[in-house]
Amino acid sequence: MKKILAILLLAPWVAFAAEEGGHLDPAPINLHNKESLQRGAAIFVNNCLNCHAAATMRYGRLEDLGLTEEQIKKNLLFTTDKVGDTMATAMDPKIAKDAFGVVPPDLSLIGRSRSPDWLYTYLRSFYRDPASKTGWNNTVFPNVAMPNVLWHYQGRQVRKVTTRVDENTGDKIETATLVLDQPGTMDRLQYDRYVADLVNYLTWMGEPAQTARRSWGIVTMFFLAIFFVFAWLLKREYWKDVR
Amino acid sequence: MAATQKKIPVTGAGPFNGVLTWVDQRFPLMALWREHAAEYYAPKNFNFWYYFGSLAALCLVIQIVSGIFLTMNYKPDAHEAFASVEYIMRDVPGGWFIRYVHSTGASMFFITVYLHMVRGLMYGSYRKPRELIWIFGVVIYLALMGEAFFGYLLPWGQMSYWGAQVIINLFGTIPFIGEALAVWIRGDYNVSDATLNRFFALHVIALPLVLVGLVGAHLMALHEVGSNNPDGVEIKKDIDPVSGHPRDGIPFHPYYTVKDMMGVAVFLIVFCAIIFFAPEMGGYFLEANNFIPADSLKTPLHIAPVWYFTPYYAMLRAIPPMFNSQFPGVAVMGAAVLIFFFVPWLDRGRVKSIRYRGPRYKVFFTLFIISFLILAYLGTQPPDVWGSFPEGVPVVGGGVVGAWVARLLTLFYFAFFLLMPWYSANDQEKPEPLRVTY
Repeated sequence: MKKILAILLLAPWVAFAAEEGGHLDPAPINLHNKESLQRGAAIFVNNCLNCHAAATMRYGRLEDLGLTEEQIKKNLLFTTDKVGDTMATAMDPKIAKDAFGVVPPDLSLIGRSRSPDWLYTYLRSFYRDPASKTGWNNTVFPNVAMPNVLWHYQGRQVRKVTTRVDENTGDKIETATLVLDQPGTMDRLQYDRYVADLVNYLTWMGEPAQTARRSWGIVTMFFLAIFFVFAWLLKREYWKDVR
Repeated sequence: MAATQKKIPVTGAGPFNGVLTWVDQRFPLMALWREHAAEYYAPKNFNFWYYFGSLAALCLVIQIVSGIFLTMNYKPDAHEAFASVEYIMRDVPGGWFIRYVHSTGASMFFITVYLHMVRGLMYGSYRKPRELIWIFGVVIYLALMGEAFFGYLLPWGQMSYWGAQVIINLFGTIPFIGEALAVWIRGDYNVSDATLNRFFALHVIALPLVLVGLVGAHLMALHEVGSNNPDGVEIKKDIDPVSGHPRDGIPFHPYYTVKDMMGVAVFLIVFCAIIFFAPEMGGYFLEANNFIPADSLKTPLHIAPVWYFTPYYAMLRAIPPMFNSQFPGVAVMGAAVLIFFFVPWLDRGRVKSIRYRGPRYKVFFTLFIISFLILAYLGTQPPDVWGSFPEGVPVVGGGVVGAWVARLLTLFYFAFFLLMPWYSANDQEKPEPLRVTY
C-alpha cells in the first residue's frame, strides 16, 4: 500500500502526457441533426454491438431520435426482440478476452469518458502493423487491442515515417503520417462523414437527456430572472426605511 | 415556567391567529420566532460577504433533499452502484436533474463555505465572544470534508475508487497504527464492496445527522452573542434606551430575510446555469474518468481529488518523503486544516475588521489567500505542469518548478497563522469607529 501511494504521489507523469498528447481533429458533430443521429445509431448497432455492449442504453430510447417503435424493431434489433431491453452484445466476454486479451469496454458512456474529438480522431487513425496481434495499430491509442473494424469502408492505412536532416542543427527529424495503401469502398470524405455520424450518436448516447437538459435550462433561467427582479424590488421596498 | 403563565394570544394580519395561539400555548412557537427572526437584531451594515452563511444553509437543505431522492434508486453494491447511477441518469424520470443538483450542490456547498470562512477571517468574526461559533464552524468544515469524501466513492467510477484508495492510504502512513487503521477504515485490505457499504451508511445518515446538529449549534451560539459585521464594531454596546434594541441593529426578519432571498435568487441562477448548461464544469465537478466503472486492476495515470481538496493535496505532494515515509506530508496536510481551530487565540489585534487593520496583517492575509488559490490550481495539475528548473541552478537545480512553488506557498499559508501573534500585535491599526458605517 505504501508503495502504491509513493507511486501515485511521485511518479513522473510522462505516461500521462504521452497518452493525452497529440493532435485531435475537431469532431463535426451536431446533436440537433436527427438524421445524422439515426444514421449513427444504425452504424453503431451494425458494427460496434458485435463486440461492445451499451448496457445502460435501452433500444426504446432511440425514439428520442425521431424513430418509431416499429422502425426500431424492424431495423435495429439484433441481440434481442424487446424494445425495452438494453443494448447487450452478442459476444461472450470469455471468448472476447481470448480473442483480444481484454473484454471490449461498454460504450454507454464512451462519449463522456473520451471526448468526441478523441473518438473522431481515433476511429480514423488505424494503420496496418504486422507486429501487433490483430495486425492493426492506432496513432491515437498505441497498441490498442481493437482491430480496424471499419477497414472495409476506410481502406487500409500504413504509417510512413519520413526522415529529413535539419540543415542548421544537423538533427534528424522524423515525421510519421498515415497514408492510404489500399482504398476502401468509401472515399475519404465519405468515411469522415460516416465516422462523424457514429461519433455524434456516441456523444448523444453518453447522456441522452442532454438536449432536453439545455432546453429546460433556458426556461429555468427565464423563471429565475423574474424571481430575482421581484426579490430585488421587495428588498428595496423594505430597506427604504433603514438609515 | 411558561406553563403557569397565561400567554398573550397571537395577533396578526393573517387568518391563522387562532391556530397559532393554540400551538403557542403548548409550544414556544412565538418565543422561538421572536428570538431567532423577528427580534434577532443584526447589524444593518452587512455587505456582499454576508450572503454566504444563509446560502451554505440552503446548500445543506438542497443536498439533503436531492440526496433522499437519489437514495431511492441508488444501490450501494460494488456490482450495481455504477449502473444504478446511470439508471438514475437515463431511466428515472427527472433523475438526471436530481443527480446533477446533488453533484453540483457538493461543489457549490464548498464554494459558499470557503467564501463564508474568508468572511470570518476578514472581519474577525472568530474573536471574543464568538470563539465557539468559529469552532463549531471549523468542525462543520471537517464534517463536510468527510461527507464529500464518503459521497465521492458512491458512483463507483475510476476516480471514486482510486481517489478513495489514495486518501485512505494517507491514514496508512501514520506511524505504528497506520496500516491497521487503513484496514479498519476500508473494512478490507482493498477498497471493496465492504468499503462502499460503510461509506454509504456514513454518507447518508451518520454525517448528515452530525452536520445538521452542528449547524444548529453554530446558529444557537451566533444568536446568543449576536452577529459581527464588516466594521467589527459590537452593536450591543450602543443600545437605544427607549426601544431597548441596538441602535445599529435591524430585525433579521423582515430585513435580512428579504435581502437573503435576493441572494438566493442570484445563487440559484449560477447553480442552475451549471446544472443545465455545464454539469461537468469542464471536468472540475464531474471528471471524465469517473464515467468509467471502478477497476481495481487499472490505475488511472492521473489521479487528483475534486477541486475543493486540491490545496491540501498540493501541499501533500510538495512535502518530500522523510525517513522513507510519506507521513510528514500527511501531517502537514492535516495541520493545514486543524490550524483553523486556533485562530481565535492566535490573533492579538486590537481591531477585528480588516478595514482597520495595519499593513502587516493585510500583507499576510493577501499572501494566504493567493497561496490557497494557487495551491488549489496546482493540486488539479500533474506536478510537472510548469516544467523543471535547469540543471546547475543552486538548491533547486533539476527540481520540478510546481513542487518548489507549492513549498513556498505552503510556507506562506502557515506563516499567516503561525506568525499571527506577532504581526497582529505589532501593526499600525486605524481606530475602530464607535458606530457601524452605513
